Amino acid sequence: MLKLTGITKRFGSLVANDHIDLDVRPGEIHALLGENGAGKTTLMNILYGLHSPDEGTIELKGRPVKVESPRQAIELGIGMVHQHFMLIPVFTVAENIVLGQEPGGAVLDMKRAIADVEQLSSQYGLKVDPRVKVENISVGQQQRVEILKALYRGAELLILDEPTAVLTPQEVADLGQIMKGLVAQGRTIIIITHKLKEVLQFADRVTVIRRGRKIATVEAKGQSEADLAALMVGRAISLTVEKRPANPGAAVLEVHGLSAKNDQGLPALKDVSFAVRAGEIVGIAGVDGNGQSELVQVLSGLRRPTGGRVLLSGRDVTRLTPGEVRAAGMGHIPEDRQRRGLVLDFTVAENAALGQQRQFASWGVLNYRLMAESAAKIVEAFDVRPPRPDYAARTLSGGNQQKLIVGREISRSPQLMLAAQPTRGLDVGAIEFIHKQLVAARDGGRGVLLVSLELDEVMALADRILVMYKGQVVADIPAETAREAELGLLMAGGGTNVAS
Amino acid sequence: MSPANRIGKWLKAASEALTVPVLATALGLLVGTLFILLAGKNPLEAYAAFAQAVAGEPRMFGETLVSSIPLVFTGLAVMLAFRCGLFNIGVEGQYLLAQVFAAWAGFALVLPGWLHPVVAMLAGMVAGALWASIVGLLKAYRGVHEVISSIMLNYTGLYLSHYLLLYYLRDPGGAFGAATPAIRPTAALTQGLIAGSRLHTGLWVALLAAFLVWVFLWKTPAGYEVRAVGLAPGAAEYGGISVAKNIVLAMALSGALTGLAGAVQTLGLNGKFYEPGGFVGYGFDGIAVALVGRNHPVGVVLAALLFGALERGGPIMQAVAGVPRAVIWVVQGTVIFFVAVEGLWRFLQRRRAAQEVKAA
Amino acid sequence: MTVLISFLVTILASTLRSATPLLLASLGGVFSERSGVVNIALEGIMLTGAWAGVYFSYVTGSALAGVLGAIILGMTISAIHAVASIHYHANQVVSGVAINLLAAGFTEFMMTRVWSNVGQSPAVHKVGDFLGINMFVYVAVALAFISHFALWRTRWGLRLRAVGEHPLAADTMGISVYKMRYQGVLLSGFFAGLAGASLSIGLVSLFTNGMTAGRGFIALAAMIFGKWSPLGAMTACLLFGAADAIGVAFQILGLHIPNQFLQMAPYVVTLLALAGVIGRSTPPVADGVPYDKSH
Repeated sequence: MLKLTGITKRFGSLVANDHIDLDVRPGEIHALLGENGAGKTTLMNILYGLHSPDEGTIELKGRPVKVESPRQAIELGIGMVHQHFMLIPVFTVAENIVLGQEPGGAVLDMKRAIADVEQLSSQYGLKVDPRVKVENISVGQQQRVEILKALYRGAELLILDEPTAVLTPQEVADLGQIMKGLVAQGRTIIIITHKLKEVLQFADRVTVIRRGRKIATVEAKGQSEADLAALMVGRAISLTVEKRPANPGAAVLEVHGLSAKNDQGLPALKDVSFAVRAGEIVGIAGVDGNGQSELVQVLSGLRRPTGGRVLLSGRDVTRLTPGEVRAAGMGHIPEDRQRRGLVLDFTVAENAALGQQRQFASWGVLNYRLMAESAAKIVEAFDVRPPRPDYAARTLSGGNQQKLIVGREISRSPQLMLAAQPTRGLDVGAIEFIHKQLVAARDGGRGVLLVSLELDEVMALADRILVMYKGQVVADIPAETAREAELGLLMAGGGTNVAS
Repeated sequence: MSPANRIGKWLKAASEALTVPVLATALGLLVGTLFILLAGKNPLEAYAAFAQAVAGEPRMFGETLVSSIPLVFTGLAVMLAFRCGLFNIGVEGQYLLAQVFAAWAGFALVLPGWLHPVVAMLAGMVAGALWASIVGLLKAYRGVHEVISSIMLNYTGLYLSHYLLLYYLRDPGGAFGAATPAIRPTAALTQGLIAGSRLHTGLWVALLAAFLVWVFLWKTPAGYEVRAVGLAPGAAEYGGISVAKNIVLAMALSGALTGLAGAVQTLGLNGKFYEPGGFVGYGFDGIAVALVGRNHPVGVVLAALLFGALERGGPIMQAVAGVPRAVIWVVQGTVIFFVAVEGLWRFLQRRRAAQEVKAA
Repeated sequence: MTVLISFLVTILASTLRSATPLLLASLGGVFSERSGVVNIALEGIMLTGAWAGVYFSYVTGSALAGVLGAIILGMTISAIHAVASIHYHANQVVSGVAINLLAAGFTEFMMTRVWSNVGQSPAVHKVGDFLGINMFVYVAVALAFISHFALWRTRWGLRLRAVGEHPLAADTMGISVYKMRYQGVLLSGFFAGLAGASLSIGLVSLFTNGMTAGRGFIALAAMIFGKWSPLGAMTACLLFGAADAIGVAFQILGLHIPNQFLQMAPYVVTLLALAGVIGRSTPPVADGVPYDKSH
């Protein structure tokens, strides 16, 4: 069906794809497995005409082709569902689907567009109302719209980029069914992922990519997670985090009946109560969009709650500003490090002072030497490379940016460390380093509240696991007794009587 | 770092910063030359007349500085807002209202000579700051884009200043055209820093303002916060910096600098507030000055000198060499345009880099 | 009674007269900004169009040639803005400021070159009336309805709006973002040029330096007040035009309201609309954000 040979793509001095070969058979589900930054998405963007390769050839159904634009890709029968959906919120489902290939002449024939969409969605079992605006439907439905967009254009080869990141376990299972149905009707699917479990769950064959190079293509059947992990990372890795049993002390964070609204003004947190004790890691599991982000924002002072109280070491911090919460003893690793955690155009030294800039001033004037000295300490202790406080934060890699943030927050000795998605998008080395730091913070007697969309990460790190669903904490389980299947069910709203 | 190393690094940064403004100015002059030729005049004669007008004699250079003073202030005003991520295109309206209040303080108050100019300047600064704060407040608390609101407030300010003049501040004994009474001698800034020119002590105020803006932005925690908000509002908020407050603060300071422009112009040069026929253009020029000056106080002072010279030389070039003064606007517009088209420069750099790679 | 009716008719006619140049220019603004390019150069394009209308009418003796000249020059200038904003990712507001300055310089320069004076042009042939109302008025109203249809009922309109809301999404669906944006900006030049002609060879029959006097910015306000929609912009322009006409009427009636307040009115209501006091106005999501094809 598809044969890529020697695909090479360079961005400046970085080689994102280094002579990659890929062979996809018709009617299969082929997984492209690799760590964040391994070059999977770049490869697929080349196939979809969004990047042009520096070297290499593409063969489709035995014929060499050139894909220079998405339009050409579409004409060749290639469809792509991007990780970040390419949907226009103020347009309807039908408008989004037909955009670029509208029925009718110069004047739009919306009736036919709606009929076409309805026909397609019943044929493939992708239920969605074509008349509603995309901004008013759920993420799972939006993904269906994306798949329909590709099918509407007659895609025979579908590329799904990290399709499960935003889905509930139930929706993931549904997606599995949808993919099986598509393959049964003669389509071929490439699924890009860094999740080992999904490879085993969905794929017929898997190609592993590491640091821009193809490592192997193997049958998925008969592989174990450990086998795939070793291929992906290049060495045997421990899938668990080494830590001693927790020795919790008094509560450092107490949350009582907390409620808040999201950006759209809808209730996002409903009467949330829990506590974090000194010397323990409490993990919050849940599917994206169930109130975790809002919880982190309320706790750190970035969002006003509509009700309830937050106590930090017994002190009421409910309505304090982010600066005041920080001063009261909360460290915060934000979920979006590039947008929240750093001022990318500031130097490493200026960033190391972020949040404490007023303490680096004497007589109202900033003391840059003091800032540089303090930054140098963090850079050394947390292995930030290159070790240059005078470099702009933008020049650091993602892993080193995150180390700088973690270092800055931990070095202030907070009583509570709020870690939101602390390892998102990092390579395995950086992930291991940050996990160790969080465990060390716990062993140093701090409370750690870990919020992560990666269930594996929560299960590996946490001493106690809370599950959030639709803005509520629906379970509070000691980590040693938690079972993945049970957590998955809870994350999907099963086993509870939450009003929806 | 060794001192030699440091100087080398500084020189490199300076030459990098200067490339685009110098090239844009060159292109501006090229287009200007084209128009001079179109006008059927000799460009060499025109430029000679221009050079003579701008710096032929000390007193003429003094007059060039007179034209540059308001541009230093408005350039700083636009620049300071830029550093907080805001585009203050509302300098024109702020400037007019500041002039109204500075003129009022100049003629209505009775104060000793050491205090009067200070109070009148403060009056202008407060007026400018308040008018600009509306933009900041709308942006910070209602999400209104500052470009739109400041355009609306420009015209509102124009008609408001007109109204205030006609209904409250007009000098009934004025000869022709509506104007306020003349400011008291105690309020005036001393002229004649260079003999024979009208160069006034507003020059020192302008240079002081440039220095203070630099200190504020790069040496104080408050300036750190303003810059953090400009570069990354999300990160600033996370770091305990109030985005809303800094937006209002930056707009108010920007308006205050504009206010100084209006006040210094009134106290040092005009002596009263005249009926505005429209916008004076210092605000739009201020955008150019800030951009050509690469949003740095030193650059702003140099760029203000350039634009002041154009402003000064244009009319004289028309009188002496018969070249329409409109050519100067074309030159200014071209310079602004080419500074704006950053992508073009990056494109050219990339091409040069690619060629170097090929050649190697 | 007949006095009252004739008075109202006068006000209505005067409203239409003032609203027409605003409407044409604000339609131009709608197309540009719907495609994602902020165009504050409307003022300068309009000014150039006004000059070109008079110049070509003067040279050919035909008002229609004046209109065509205004449109061509308007599109030429908007093409400069388009290349800078779309291809070279210029700051669109700064590019607009530069073009406004260039337009002022260019028109005054040409006034001295062509008529050797700085103040005003000789009188030229203007576009005529139909049933006592200037032809431009009919054209403007018709174009408002056509524009509305084009934006919301045609394939082209769907694509133009898509590019202004989420250019990357449109790009992945095979729509050329640059091409759509060029069309949007060039249309804004077409309309703003026509708006200028409606001023110089519709309302009057000569050009004076700086004769647009901020109308391009009022048109921008009308576009915002009308929520980036052609019919909304038309309503806003009629409202602003009425403010103008009523001011004149008050003066005739001897009522004393400071003229400055009426002049301020369009800007103040637009500010209130933006602030959400009267119906919130929000622009297309990608308005003013350059699109980088290479990411």
